[in-house]
Amino acid sequence: MTPPFAEQLNLRLCHCCRLACPADESAANCPRCGSPLHMRKPNAIARTWALMLAALVFYIPANVLPIMHTDALYRESSTTILGSVVTLWQGGAWDIAAIIFIASVGVPVTKFLVLGLLLITVQRGSLRSRRERTVLYRALELIGYWSMLDVFVAALLVSLVQFGVFGTIEPRLGILFFGLVVVLTMLAAQSFDPRLIWDTEPRNE
Amino acid sequence: MYTSPYIICEYCDSVYHRPQLSLHQKALCQRCGAVVARHNLLSIDQSLALSVAAGMLLLFICFYPVLMLKAQDQINSASLFDTVLALAEGPISLMALMSAFAIVFVPALQVVLMIWLLVHARGGVRAPAFRGCMRALAALRPWGMLEVFLLGCLVAVVKLKGPLDAAPTLGLFALGFLSLLMIGMAGRDVHLLWEKLP
Repeated sequence: MTPPFAEQLNLRLCHCCRLACPADESAANCPRCGSPLHMRKPNAIARTWALMLAALVFYIPANVLPIMHTDALYRESSTTILGSVVTLWQGGAWDIAAIIFIASVGVPVTKFLVLGLLLITVQRGSLRSRRERTVLYRALELIGYWSMLDVFVAALLVSLVQFGVFGTIEPRLGILFFGLVVVLTMLAAQSFDPRLIWDTEPRNE
Repeated sequence: MYTSPYIICEYCDSVYHRPQLSLHQKALCQRCGAVVARHNLLSIDQSLALSVAAGMLLLFICFYPVLMLKAQDQINSASLFDTVLALAEGPISLMALMSAFAIVFVPALQVVLMIWLLVHARGGVRAPAFRGCMRALAALRPWGMLEVFLLGCLVAVVKLKGPLDAAPTLGLFALGFLSLLMIGMAGRDVHLLWEKLP
């Protein structure tokens, strides 16, 4: 026996305090915590597309522009994210190279692909593997901020290596774009409504 | 006064009767497999104790270095604040704001709000501005990034290895404990206060 949907019982979930609110009440706010109630998140699909595409645009400068500028005794160099992964790999630190590659390339690309897949299947009203797609969405929430890793690594290196016998490391613009990509993809994932995946089911069983 | 016999899955909108859960049990949604309810492990006193501990750890690592760099006779160190300040110069000061928000401001606010709510909850009353505090906690939850920063520290240690000798300090262990505390309490069971203090 499948459980009923909230809509069929005239209930609405409050996203903030998780109260099952009666939907027929005239108030548009949750009686317990006062946050606005919606049947589904407003304009979920359009907002998610917009935020995701913005993130995709920023992802280009995040990878092309250098994130750090190193000024050691005899050599100067600017590194991009991929550049630092390659350097680490060649230097034998394949484990760190893998962590950084997963966090700054794997995670954002996975987010773009998964969000795109969810948006397209929802728009087409697809009935296929809805449970699996919900699991994908939960995974998307879980990996949320891990791509912030390289931003923090860069910040730590910058603050540790300053004006001394070690030379200096300065932050560069690439970090900023990378941070914006993370924030935008997080907002995109938050504005998507996973309940849309299930809205294809006939409601009067 | 505002309780409901029903719980709703936030991922697919399925409705269930509220289950009675015993220790370590959790209820999964039949339709999509998400967790819809779980037994909460900690009492209000225990949560409060953990929040106070988290507050002290956070204060500690804001100023005490998490990493140290030694070479020849020079020592450089970085605390949470130093890290944020390092980004503040040059063209990317916006990034300093973003990281200050993620690793200092959000965790600090979470801890303060938790302590405020729980101190009053011990006496069985709602704290002043209960609604606002609870809503703020729910909104802050995705934006605390201490555990990512922790991994960042470990990566930085290995990256600087070689000619330089980067060493983790006591602060790094404090950061590790703090991340565990924040994951364990700050987001997970706070919304249950809505049910405990109707």
